[in-house]
Amino acid sequence: MDLVKYSVRRFGYMIVTLWFIITVTFFLMHLLPGSPLRNEEKLPPQIKEQILKEYGLKDPLHVQYFRYMGGLLKGDLGTSMTFDGKKITDMVMEGFPASAQLGLQAIILGCLIGLILGVISGLRRGSWVDNITTVIAVLGVSVPSFVIAAVLSYSLGLKLGWFPVALWGTFSHTVLPTLALTFIVIAQIARYTRTEMVEVLEQDYIKTAKAKGLARNKILSKHALRNALIPAVTILGPMTVNLMTGSMVVELIFAIPGMGKLFVDCINNKDLTLIMGTTTFYSAFLLFAIFIVDILYGLIDPRIRVAQSGKE
Amino acid sequence: MSKVLEVKDLQVSFKTYSGEVHAVRGVSFDLDEGETIAIVGESGCGKSVTSQTLMRLLPSPPSVIKGGEVLFDGKDLTKVSEKEMEKIRGAQIAMIFQDPMTSLNPTLKVGDQITEGLMKHHKMSKSDAKKKAVEMLKKVGIPSPEKRINQYPHQFSGGMRQRAMIAIALACAPKVLIADEPTTALDVTIQAQIIDLMKELQKDIKTSIILITHDLGVVADIAKRVVVMYAGKVVESGTLEEIFYQPKHPYTWGLLASMPRLDQTSDQELLPIPGSPPDLFKPPKGCPFAARCKHAMKICLEEMPEATKVSSTHQVACWLEHDMAPKVEPPAAAVGGE
Repeated sequence: MDLVKYSVRRFGYMIVTLWFIITVTFFLMHLLPGSPLRNEEKLPPQIKEQILKEYGLKDPLHVQYFRYMGGLLKGDLGTSMTFDGKKITDMVMEGFPASAQLGLQAIILGCLIGLILGVISGLRRGSWVDNITTVIAVLGVSVPSFVIAAVLSYSLGLKLGWFPVALWGTFSHTVLPTLALTFIVIAQIARYTRTEMVEVLEQDYIKTAKAKGLARNKILSKHALRNALIPAVTILGPMTVNLMTGSMVVELIFAIPGMGKLFVDCINNKDLTLIMGTTTFYSAFLLFAIFIVDILYGLIDPRIRVAQSGKE
Repeated sequence: MSKVLEVKDLQVSFKTYSGEVHAVRGVSFDLDEGETIAIVGESGCGKSVTSQTLMRLLPSPPSVIKGGEVLFDGKDLTKVSEKEMEKIRGAQIAMIFQDPMTSLNPTLKVGDQITEGLMKHHKMSKSDAKKKAVEMLKKVGIPSPEKRINQYPHQFSGGMRQRAMIAIALACAPKVLIADEPTTALDVTIQAQIIDLMKELQKDIKTSIILITHDLGVVADIAKRVVVMYAGKVVESGTLEEIFYQPKHPYTWGLLASMPRLDQTSDQELLPIPGSPPDLFKPPKGCPFAARCKHAMKICLEEMPEATKVSSTHQVACWLEHDMAPKVEPPAAAVGGE
């Protein structure tokens, strides 16, 4: 019951935040100098007028705003201004699967490895696993993903020839970009889990568990791990952000037809509807990821549910 | 009465980067069936380390048992294997801790935290253990236990959490309950309730209690015998009456004089013990209290006094008990005189 209330509330916040982002982006967009039309000065004024009218850009701003929001409610992101009236929804749906697959693979792999490394190094401080984890954590956080991408495609791709260096198709095409993206995930998850594990193991309730006569493995799995996961889960949200912005560059390096290319294109062309569309989609996706993290957080730590639903 | 637990010359050290801390330096006491003893002393005197060593709860390293024996049920607990120790912890010897706010796992339901031990030690099924958990919560005086069992610790107040801790500790009906400052973190009104509860359950379950505390008021309320510790050593031990009315060790005098008493006039000042305990990296070779003792003699600084028997139950380790020592009367504030 607690959890349902908490989730509904979180979902409400998410919708409000999304509306806010879309609105702000919409008005900022129209404050930008320049026009979405290429070679504007060479166009005859009548034609220019005609085009602007066609796209509804002649209407007062608030009319445009309400029209856009109305379309959004029906799931219509509008049509692109540069790609011959292609539907934005279609364009996003073309690019999204590849980006999502990479992101998901990177997060799952990263969490798995990161958790294992973090737990082991938290348990055996000063061991070789701990030292290696520290090195990975420092490298993963400080070396940008495009450098890792370049190193990976040169070594594993070009020199060893294990995986294709670019393009999209089979699963093996996804290996190198996933690895490039997953480093930061491993680094952060391992670091947070280790720190928290060390801290949790010194908590009184671990001593209580030991005083009950529980075996060490049971204490670790039932009492320590769950509490140690809380910070790692918290950073999953922001990390998804990192992963998505990182993925733009990585997608370019590995020539992957994902959302990254779409994003760069729309800004270069000042394609108003495409910018709006990608921003809306990204924000919605991101907020949804954070929503999921919030739910997970509530599942793991019952105190959060109560604190946030505001009553006991 | 037969002895359940016997501690003989227990020595525990901590190995740290800056050297070895001699936290417990030869502590001996015993515990009879159904009896309550109190171990008192100020912070850092080794009372908690002693109690946790009985259950081997301290991580090793850094802690090392340097010597001595803990005899329980015919076994020396300092020597048994970790697997065997797991069977004793919670089932035979249980423990409750100082801070009920942090000693329950915040992410597990209170019921699950009670049933764990039952399922492990008594091989109960989940539903049986749950029934027993409800019964335990009822026993420790938590209203509507069927509902409470599915709640999390943060939904309990401090006093209720300590009650829940007691329920966890006593669920398997242990022979010995170690209570490490069980009331220190609680309100005074709740303190009395918790002590009463412990007394009541002790009769019910027939467990012996080792109470670790620095609160002499609590001691007077529940303990039959008192062990006074200072700087890792037992300086005096005896029955409650002997320690409260015929204390022999200057440190015990100091402890008693620093405690408010009802039988004193209200304008009588509380006397603190000046100075601070010795550094246990390098414990003094003589009596550890000598540096703070008003009556210290030359010999006190040079040699640790042997424990002297005052009566069959009363022992004190002080040079003042020696035949050649001057006669010193305990200060009035300590023994409740005018």
